[in-house]
Amino acid sequence: MQNERYGLNKELAQMLKGGVIMDVTTPDQAKTAEAAGACAVMALERIPADIRAAGGVSRMSDPQMIRGIQQAVTIPVMAKCRIGHFVEAQILEAIEIDYIDESEVLSPADDIHHIDKTKFKVPFVCGCRDLGEALRRINEGASMIRTKGEPGTGDIIQAVRHMRLIQSQIRWISSMAEAELFEAAKSLQVPYDLARYVHDNAKLPVVNFAAGGVATPADAALMMQLGAEGVFVGSGIFKSGNPEKRAAAIVKAVTNYQDADLLAKLSEDLGAAMVGINESEIQLLMAERGV
Amino acid sequence: MRVAVLAVQGAFIEHIHMLDRLGVATLELRNQDDLARPFDGLILPGGESTTMGRLLREQGMLAPLQKRISAGLPVFGTCAGMILLARYLSNQGEADPLPHFATMDIKVRRNAYGRQLGSFHTVAEMAGLPDFPMTFIRAPYIEAVGPGVEVLARVEGRIIAARQNNQLATSFHPELTADARVHELFLRMIKVADAA
Repeated sequence: MQNERYGLNKELAQMLKGGVIMDVTTPDQAKTAEAAGACAVMALERIPADIRAAGGVSRMSDPQMIRGIQQAVTIPVMAKCRIGHFVEAQILEAIEIDYIDESEVLSPADDIHHIDKTKFKVPFVCGCRDLGEALRRINEGASMIRTKGEPGTGDIIQAVRHMRLIQSQIRWISSMAEAELFEAAKSLQVPYDLARYVHDNAKLPVVNFAAGGVATPADAALMMQLGAEGVFVGSGIFKSGNPEKRAAAIVKAVTNYQDADLLAKLSEDLGAAMVGINESEIQLLMAERGV
Repeated sequence: MRVAVLAVQGAFIEHIHMLDRLGVATLELRNQDDLARPFDGLILPGGESTTMGRLLREQGMLAPLQKRISAGLPVFGTCAGMILLARYLSNQGEADPLPHFATMDIKVRRNAYGRQLGSFHTVAEMAGLPDFPMTFIRAPYIEAVGPGVEVLARVEGRIIAARQNNQLATSFHPELTADARVHELFLRMIKVADAA
């Protein structure tokens, strides 16, 4: 039964592929995202750029606020809980969220353990910087993976770094002799069975999206060309000059990520992008939370 | 024979893999330019119908495909694809007030089983054949059918598969299972249409 539920949860992620998941803080923003073609929304009280600016402890959103967004749209609604905070996850499951993001964007609640996601019926997505993190999260029960990138910056460099590293490690594992997999599993600190899956299939056993720092249609298409199966956009939309237009352009860029002529058109006249901060200018690297 | 698969969003690669397995050539439809290439049938995959409907309109594919479906192009919609085909939608969201192709005389309820916690797997009979593995992900079902529509399967009394002439729709996702029989049924529909 537990395996069947895990299968269904992986399959929901398959339905999200080729799509854009947008951070929203109000029902109106959720409607804007849905109308622009988002395949899901992430309900949270403050987008990562504002969390970064405000500082302090950042927690799960108010369930009432999340319910308001669930009522506003028909697409799936996701919400974030703190790394290791399994009670926040229980609360999100109780309000029938479609997907929980155990997220480094919020302040971690446990600096050693992630949530045992196998104990939940509701699906989880988790961030990762490399193949080892991805497979450890999957082993804990995550049914979808995303790069961590660096949230709230509008700087794509970390998402690129994480996606390139994951893809290169997948190629490395899949080209190995079978006898070498035991040592590879040990060095990646992952179970042998998951290393074996990657070796045999040359891909992760779950859907892999890009997240963290996507601000433009070109950023989104870049991540798709690097092997992402879809894109999360956090601060990039509602911190920009024209959220409606930018949201719709990013959705189309993900569908047509190899069509440079169309990408050129989509990139025109979008208004101001989020200002962004460079990786080297920030004090707090959220991506370092939870390994 | 070549089967086009709508590839604007969703689980289209799973259909392409199934067709590869059956030895059928495929074509991904992402924008209007792709419609210029020849194809004999069309698959509308699972995904988010709101997203797919919007992209179909904005990429200039809705009207030309609607015309071809109305003229008899065989089409197979799974889950969101069923919603795209439906003439009537019983619980339409604000973001997409209109039905999409509206070529099939069925009334469909979206997210009819609730949120993700309502998703399920079952085994049921379809079109007189036993034991189809059926995966329902935030699935719709058919509330009512018009006179020309043949009901192919029910689960717990709800209509979850139907056919009207060259249009086939299922609430569930045969492309997520190893059972190729629904795709084979669709390929037979294409062969009959080609012969006619």
